[in-house]
Amino acid sequence: MSGAGLDPRTAPKFQVAARRLVGDAQMRKNVRHATNVIQTKRAKVVAEMPDWEDLRESGRQIRRHTLRHLDYYLLQFEKNCTAAGGVVHWARDAEEARQIVIKLVKQSGPQGESPTEIIKIKSMTTEEIQLNQALEEAGVHAYETDLAELIIQLGHDQPSHIVVPALHKNRAQIREIFQREMHLPGSDFSNLGGTPQDLADAARRFLREKFLRVKTAVSGANFLIADTGGVCIVESEGNGRMCLTLPETLISVAGIDKVVPKFSDLEVMLQLLPRSATGERMNPYNSIWTGVDKTAAGDGPRTFHVVLVDNARTKILADEEARQTLQCIRCGACLNACPVYLQTGGHAYGSVYAGPIGAILTPQLMEMHHAQSLPYASSLCGACYEVCPVKIDIPEVLIHLRNKVVKQQSSGLNILANPEVMALKAVARVFRSEAVFRIAQKLGRLAELPLSHKDSNGVGWIDWLPGMLGGWTQVRDLRVMPKQTFRQWFEAREKAGKKGAADGK
Amino acid sequence: MESEEAGRGLRVSLFITCYNDTLFPETGKAVVKVLERLGHTVDFPAGQTCCGQMHWNTGYQEEGLPMLTRFLEQFKDSEVIVSPSTSCVAMMKDHYPIMAERMKDPKITAEVAAILPKVWEFSQFLTQKLGIEDVGAYFPHRVTYHASCHGLRSLHLGDGPQRLLRAVRGIDLVEIENLEQCCGFGGTFAIKNAEVSSAMLADKVRGVLNTRAEVVTGCDNSCLMHVGGSLHRQRTGVWPLHIAEILAGEE
Ligand code: SF4
Repeated sequence: MSGAGLDPRTAPKFQVAARRLVGDAQMRKNVRHATNVIQTKRAKVVAEMPDWEDLRESGRQIRRHTLRHLDYYLLQFEKNCTAAGGVVHWARDAEEARQIVIKLVKQSGPQGESPTEIIKIKSMTTEEIQLNQALEEAGVHAYETDLAELIIQLGHDQPSHIVVPALHKNRAQIREIFQREMHLPGSDFSNLGGTPQDLADAARRFLREKFLRVKTAVSGANFLIADTGGVCIVESEGNGRMCLTLPETLISVAGIDKVVPKFSDLEVMLQLLPRSATGERMNPYNSIWTGVDKTAAGDGPRTFHVVLVDNARTKILADEEARQTLQCIRCGACLNACPVYLQTGGHAYGSVYAGPIGAILTPQLMEMHHAQSLPYASSLCGACYEVCPVKIDIPEVLIHLRNKVVKQQSSGLNILANPEVMALKAVARVFRSEAVFRIAQKLGRLAELPLSHKDSNGVGWIDWLPGMLGGWTQVRDLRVMPKQTFRQWFEAREKAGKKGAADGK
Repeated sequence: MESEEAGRGLRVSLFITCYNDTLFPETGKAVVKVLERLGHTVDFPAGQTCCGQMHWNTGYQEEGLPMLTRFLEQFKDSEVIVSPSTSCVAMMKDHYPIMAERMKDPKITAEVAAILPKVWEFSQFLTQKLGIEDVGAYFPHRVTYHASCHGLRSLHLGDGPQRLLRAVRGIDLVEIENLEQCCGFGGTFAIKNAEVSSAMLADKVRGVLNTRAEVVTGCDNSCLMHVGGSLHRQRTGVWPLHIAEILAGEE
């Protein structure tokens, strides 16, 4: 993977990217191992909760209710956050969000000078708006401080999972990246060992220096709390806690969907999220901060900004059947459970949002102009829905988005360029009449005749099909149609007065 | 536990589904045989075609709607409706109410609400509606059961099919690893995303072969066609067979 961001506007179709990735044996082994470990842990901590299904339902209702009254809760959050000393900014789209953050970063140095470096806490929203690249172009380098994000950044790689972004790399590969890319005056990483302890030590040494030196931090947010104006982040490594407390300036970037009405709603959310995300009962670090401490002895950042990003979310909200997408709390459980993700890893999705949630979120963030192959990147097996802590019916949303794709593809002259649309519309006409269906069954038998040959048991099989259907015969044979359909058999039997038994004797 | 339904012969309307009708008539015959052996009568509304699943799930929602009205017309007088396809029954249970709403016709909404409780997937009809597990079958082979996703997650068949199989005389039933994992069929997914579907299929086939079963069974011929297609390509000698055909087996 190159250092250029995963961008749905330029990414290849899912099928095309996947074709290459299923050939990457090392990546597939890493993904299989990692998702298996997380899933097993998740299953264990979920099974010990007698009220898990009730919790899921509460989670769904809290998120649904919030989205129904999003305008109210966002304004309430703004009011309370401002009263506590925070500054709230509103961004319509990614470009506006980037400009706001860049401006805030540039003002954040001592005497209003621009710093050349910032530290960052892992945040999907800043990935979505491609913030790091924009900062770099503005002369500011962003250091990712989450271990996995650091691995991605140093490796000039791209995240492949929304919770565990470097899940496609194993320990040996990580050691190699650290040896090659970690440079710190007074430290030598070239003889780095390969144990988890060695790697964590190296990252700690490398990052500590940044935490102590850099005075501006950018974070995302897990939850915005409307009734207190507080912001909540949960994490495992403590790097977040460092970024939230040591710098002078903190800028938190959050999608407008991240709000929850009440502080007490965290009671539900903080049970659902860690169990679903990492299979932990509780995250090691749970930080909630509300504005700034204005006393002279005040702790933490002196300046605190929140940038609220829409970036197509209000459009998603307007779509009755797809709006449940916004309930997502980015736990990643659907990725770990997905048999498609298991085979391809995250990069096939051409977006920072991979897996089932990516397949429904990305096309909608792009307002359906890009990523039209993603709604089809699913066998609709339903494993994602089963694990989702806020009960997003992902298969249902996928089907809804497929309908949108079909409508775009069959509008005007587009239809002529698309054999699938033509074929499925023709088949639909067949099913509208029993008589036509019977004829089609006969014609089908004739059409496949030249393709079939008998095996040693005298059974007819097809091992090659033309065009689109060739996808089937790549790895599978197809039995030829039997000479008699069920309905013909049943009718013959009725006519004979059921004289022959059901087995046709 | 046998329910009171078991004692009385029911008039069962068979919804064979388009692909079973065309490609797997033996499954339909086996369903008829089992139901008749249990003392029920089977009728076959002749105008039936397809449940609409392929169109609905691929994004051709408008094209799927007439299949709902056709189904309602054909089965409106049925006492109970049985279908040997988990994915088609799941399609009906999950989507017919949504389709009816889309059509904005209160009559259709009411008809759907009235008919759906009468619709049963074949194995579910036996274990839940009739409350029986032993259907008097004989099948002296080593068998593994593939749980199709729709049966598992939408119809919540649980271990119903396995209980039916365990009661078959002579059977050697072995459980497959990762029973809950999708086989990678997914309708048009198998063609639109052939590579990924094949990779998923490889995992499933490995699971089947590890059981050293002679037969892989399930409640949905579409998954079995997919898994069986690969088993045949590799000349494994393992044979796919719908559960109805095992339950129809006799000494
Ligand atoms: S869709 Fe559900 S399971 Fe997937 S990341 Fe979002 S909350 Fe988690």
